[in-house]
Amino acid sequence: MRHNIYIYILITALVSYGIRMLPMVLLRKEIKSPFIRSFLYYVPYVTLAVMTFPAMVEATQSPVAGLLALICGILVAWFHGGLFEVAVVCCAITFVAELFLK
Amino acid sequence: MKKTQSQYSFGLASNRKMFRKGMTEGIPIAMGYLAVSFSLGIMAKRAGLSPFAAFLASFFNNASAGEYAAFSLIMVEASYVEVAIMTFIANARYLLMSIALSQKIKPEASIGHRFLVAFDITDEIFALSVSQPGYLNPNYTYGIITLALPAWAFGTMLGCLAGSILPARIVSALSVALYGMFLAIIIPPAKKDKVVLGLIVISFASSYLARILPGIASISSGTRTILLTLVISAVAAIVFPHKEEAEHAS
Repeated sequence: MRHNIYIYILITALVSYGIRMLPMVLLRKEIKSPFIRSFLYYVPYVTLAVMTFPAMVEATQSPVAGLLALICGILVAWFHGGLFEVAVVCCAITFVAELFLK
Repeated sequence: MKKTQSQYSFGLASNRKMFRKGMTEGIPIAMGYLAVSFSLGIMAKRAGLSPFAAFLASFFNNASAGEYAAFSLIMVEASYVEVAIMTFIANARYLLMSIALSQKIKPEASIGHRFLVAFDITDEIFALSVSQPGYLNPNYTYGIITLALPAWAFGTMLGCLAGSILPARIVSALSVALYGMFLAIIIPPAKKDKVVLGLIVISFASSYLARILPGIASISSGTRTILLTLVISAVAAIVFPHKEEAEHAS
């Protein structure tokens, strides 16, 4: 079955907006369930971690470069934080490592 | 939290001031978005999106992880339902942020503001908006969005355009920017919350195992991400219910 790219985009757009809009508009009271609150709190960290490894190591031409970028990225994020900094460090490490590795 | 009269009334002059404040404080966010979305554009290209489609996807999604996950499914021609579920899971954190931000908007404020502010709740824009003293003047958030949204959408389009022109070595280096952004989101909280730190380690390990174990490895990567997320988060929520005093204090 062939899929239409614009239907894909429409679906993602509706889901993304719905997630953000519905609580803003409908939910003025706080969710009380500790399980649901904890679950929602943990979800982003788990999803992002699952999507980062091993995918990051497989995204580069040389897996070793990807691994180095991952380790350096974790260290920079741990000590400084900043979105921009971490992204730039990861790119730079990959670039330099691949000059030597491949 | 002390609420003075000035925080309740959003006069025209103060609205304009807040809008400008949002634009100024949003500049670093817009710069970061431009760089990261470029790498997302390379991914969009690989998934078969045209530069225009990539622009639309970013303009209407405003979600790094969500778009990345969706593109990786679109690449393998996954079903519409699978893409919808994956987008939901990857963006589930915005549900929580939206709930938090809904409490920051003046109850009497026009509902139109709620529809508009909701459009671009991202990790960064949420962080700036929620940390405003008293009620949030929506114009502050609009100021941030004015730069951040175009930066994100055009960055994705440029990445999609340039992905095929740039040498493989440059593309390889740029393609890790997105993962760098993920790390910048998950690592700092792990410093303060040991449960989050443990979860990240467990998630890395499980994701790797699911990738190599026969049987599980044959399931599509999107479904694997959904399953791992649901199971690990649910178990963590039962075993380590999250305490939230720190968030309420702000």
